[in-house]
Amino acid sequence: MWEYSDKVLDHFRNPRNVGVIENADGVGEVGSLACGDALKLTFKLGPDGRIADAKFQTFGCASAIASSSALTEMIKGMTIEEARRVTNQDIADYLGGLPEQKMHCSVMGREALEAAIENYLTGKRTKRILEGKVICTCFGVTEEEIRRVAQENHLTTVEQVTHYTKAGGGCGRCKEDIARILESLKPPVESPPTSPGRMTTVKKIRMIEEVIEREIRPKLRKDGGDIELVDVEGDTVYIALRGMCANCQMAEFTLREVVEKPLREFVSPSLQVREAGS
Amino acid sequence: MSVIYLDNNATTRPDPEVLEAMAPFLRNWWGNPSSMHAFGGQVRRHVEQAREQVAALLGADPSEIVFTSGGTESDNAALRGFLEAVPAVRTVITSRVEHPAVLEPCRYLKDRGYSEIEIGVDGQGRLREEELEAALKAGPALVSLMWANNETGVLFPIERLAPRIKAAGGTLHTDAVQAVGKVPIDVSRVPVDFLTLSGHKLHAPKGIGALYIRRGTPFAPLILGGHQEHNRRSGTENVPGIIALGKACELARRRMAEETRRMAALRDRLEQGILASCPDSRINGDPMQRLPNTTNISFHYIEGEAILYHLSDANIAASSGSACSSGSLEPSHVLRAMGVPFTAVHGSIRLSLSRFTTEEDIDVTLRELPRIVAKLRALSPFVPRPATKGA
Repeated sequence: MWEYSDKVLDHFRNPRNVGVIENADGVGEVGSLACGDALKLTFKLGPDGRIADAKFQTFGCASAIASSSALTEMIKGMTIEEARRVTNQDIADYLGGLPEQKMHCSVMGREALEAAIENYLTGKRTKRILEGKVICTCFGVTEEEIRRVAQENHLTTVEQVTHYTKAGGGCGRCKEDIARILESLKPPVESPPTSPGRMTTVKKIRMIEEVIEREIRPKLRKDGGDIELVDVEGDTVYIALRGMCANCQMAEFTLREVVEKPLREFVSPSLQVREAGS
Repeated sequence: MSVIYLDNNATTRPDPEVLEAMAPFLRNWWGNPSSMHAFGGQVRRHVEQAREQVAALLGADPSEIVFTSGGTESDNAALRGFLEAVPAVRTVITSRVEHPAVLEPCRYLKDRGYSEIEIGVDGQGRLREEELEAALKAGPALVSLMWANNETGVLFPIERLAPRIKAAGGTLHTDAVQAVGKVPIDVSRVPVDFLTLSGHKLHAPKGIGALYIRRGTPFAPLILGGHQEHNRRSGTENVPGIIALGKACELARRRMAEETRRMAALRDRLEQGILASCPDSRINGDPMQRLPNTTNISFHYIEGEAILYHLSDANIAASSGSACSSGSLEPSHVLRAMGVPFTAVHGSIRLSLSRFTTEEDIDVTLRELPRIVAKLRALSPFVPRPATKGA
């Protein structure tokens, strides 16, 4: 048995908004019988420009059905602009989390929503076309998709990419390609600033602030979070995560990958980042 | 309410008679059979009696039975133990539908420089015998072919193949984990060299199994560190498990004919009932050459894990060949090797019966399953349906 949350099981047992809306404003279809899961999403806008109704049909496992059902509930009442910002993590969060091996179900939800919005905006009603280079031929996953999902979900291992996109989960021949893509997503290693001898504390703090402003804050804001520099003691940088980041399960990961890494790279390799008060 | 357990190819309920037989060896006679004192030494006699019970079920000599921790160990010990003892054999022949306990060691050997050949099956899961014939021409080989398939129940004709393999200079191991106790096996007539069996598939507890090694067959032990099992498997004997396995084999021998007739009738009623009440469903595997307790059914347009969760809500335990239920993304290698279409693989479930399955279990399943299939199909975008007006 999978460790499904009560909410996943509830949406699986009692799926909301099953069906197809006739004369829908947006139709999105992703997946296939061969892949093992597929989702058809339809929505209709109300006079106020908000999504008045959304329905789904899903072929797939319990978490695929639950993710689809959750998606329709989430987007009702949203404007197109708001719906565009829904991420796969939002779907997983709405369900109280998904087992990591099942995260691809939430990605399928986000993809169907995007396809439906695309259909609404352009009138195009095509099954998802594989754009760019196909990396995983078993499940038809492109380099672009892998890049996007890996970046949005801060994925660092091939196994994670497989859990989120299915890529690499078939014959496994593309695992090296996936590793290469992950490698290319790592921030470029720039040569450290020419050592100006011992850095003064004032200069160090200024540089830390600069890097936070330029490198770190924009990334966190994208996920609805923020960061505050609290103190600097020697090589220890005390920060506080704010907004969505504050109670995020990924906080430790964020601290290392999004905060500490660029600070070490651009300020000093000996820096250590701690959460203030911890 | 007790569970309706239709997952007996995964594991079986320990028979109450088996538990009763083993309990004294946990409570009272817990001594070490290797001990010099009477308290421990008296246990030896019971271990040897259990060995006789296992041998009797297979038509073997008791000295040819080695107790192990289960099916996976027996498979590994046979394959690696034989090849270590006979370095001249460099070829391993197996089938594409074997259990991972055979396939993984074979692929491991391939990585170690052995030549490995995997024989295919046809759409009904039957071995492609012409491929086997061709492979045997390559020289002396270790051949490992299962007696019965765990997913479909399809039987390989080991009785017919064994003499041909021997005539070609091959050595034959058969994984008979699913077959023992469900179909008659007699190694005095069928020239297999190794045979694997597992306790918990035949109403003994988990953690006990056996490997039949034909007298005179070269074998190097996998596990060293003691003299037990005539140096073929070291480690203090799992006495309660051994007693249980002996009892389970004795029960199987006494009851097999009657029980398999009853199970087959129940299975056939279940299968026919499902096919009649669920459109777009199909049986996977040769319906004629099959275990009496197993059916593997595909439901088009829906996915197996979802079926299992709904069945579980209805208190029915089954299993599936779908990718999602396995934790990997690859669906059943057995059904794929048979060329079953993807859509049918993803929507496959396995129902496997036992001596404890009742008429009522079948009635309840026949009532619940069509409802579940219909419920999931109502969600599926692939079900061909006449155009309907929006809700």
